[in-house]
Amino acid sequence: MPALDDGTPLFVQIAEQLADEIVDGVLAEGARAPSTNELAAYYRINPATAAKGINLLVDETVLEKRRGIGMFVAAGAREQLRARRRKQFAEQYLDPMLAEAGRLGIDTDTLVSLIRGPGWHNGGKTS
Amino acid sequence: MTPTISATALGRRYRDQVALDDISLTIETGTITGLLGRNGAGKTTLLRILSGLEFPTAGDIRVFGQRPAENEAVLRRMVFVREEQPYPDFCVGAVIRVASWFYPNWDRDLAERLLEDFELPARRRIKKLSRGMRSAVGIVIGLASRAELTLFDEPYAGLDAVARQLFYDRLLADFAAHPRTIVLSTHLIDEVADLLEHVVMLDHGRVVLDAPADDVRGSAVMVSGPATAVDEFVAGRSVWRRERLGTRASVTMPGPFDFAAQARARNLHVSVEPLSLQQLLVHTSGSSTDEMVSA
Repeated sequence: MPALDDGTPLFVQIAEQLADEIVDGVLAEGARAPSTNELAAYYRINPATAAKGINLLVDETVLEKRRGIGMFVAAGAREQLRARRRKQFAEQYLDPMLAEAGRLGIDTDTLVSLIRGPGWHNGGKTS
Repeated sequence: MTPTISATALGRRYRDQVALDDISLTIETGTITGLLGRNGAGKTTLLRILSGLEFPTAGDIRVFGQRPAENEAVLRRMVFVREEQPYPDFCVGAVIRVASWFYPNWDRDLAERLLEDFELPARRRIKKLSRGMRSAVGIVIGLASRAELTLFDEPYAGLDAVARQLFYDRLLADFAAHPRTIVLSTHLIDEVADLLEHVVMLDHGRVVLDAPADDVRGSAVMVSGPATAVDEFVAGRSVWRRERLGTRASVTMPGPFDFAAQARARNLHVSVEPLSLQQLLVHTSGSSTDEMVSA
């Protein structure tokens, strides 16, 4: 089973994972999204939880319901998700990085050179 | 819609011992509810009253809107799979056949598939089965009966992890295809946590938690880090439990935190982790468990 972390409500995690697939283009716009029961079986979760995750994306107009057929990725969903994630990028990724950098005494210039430097891409300096 | 189960101020005493004390709860139709608690918390007593095997000594219990005890109309619509269920000493196939006569929604194909899945030999006599295999017989009956109300009371004595996973998968698949009301009493809490839509936790015969599973996740957290930072972070907040190891401290407290508090935790270098349902039970279940958590 794919790992779901603790903490955030399960249905939010389900929605996030579907959103990931849409952002990555794995789940293309216009494609059919997995059904509630498919998600429930795959993640081994209660079908009501899976349904809540799907409904979250329906409310955000990322998915749309086509009566009798299922859920489909809405047109423009990918760009909508990307725009929202760009807004969240700083607080989700930069803030924790800056906190750890501060803890280690890495100043902003060093950080910038780390990001720019050649060692970043081929030196195995991940996270 | 009336809930499948509703209990009002339900109580059960045995002489001077209180098994259930002022239990009020409802279980909605079409949900999987986890009935959780320590041994002796009252889970089995509650299930026995629900299935009409026992009378309450106080309060009222309704199943499908009626009292279950000696009520054929109610009992026909439910199945109760008990831990170490006694069976007549027939062969497995005969026990399954007899069960099929009792339950109006019995699915023969499902029963046969489950017998294969659990590798139950149809011709073997019940007495010759291992404990795990006997548990599997109960699981087959519990699922194949497709009763409107299915009660499982620790149904997996002797089943290994693989067989338990098989049970969870089949339960989920059949529930998805044929939604019904399921109550699963268990102490293997972390295994079933994600299957549950609703959680009822009993302790010393009382309800200590009755909430949607989504709300329970993250409702308690453990904050840990340098003792001074932890102290600064939790100042002015309610705290359930503190532990200290040298200069490090960890504190169990209600959660979840809003974004500002999370950012503050990060700046103070304290980590915040949600408590699992199992850990939450340990914390909710009275002072006698304190020794268990302070490892």
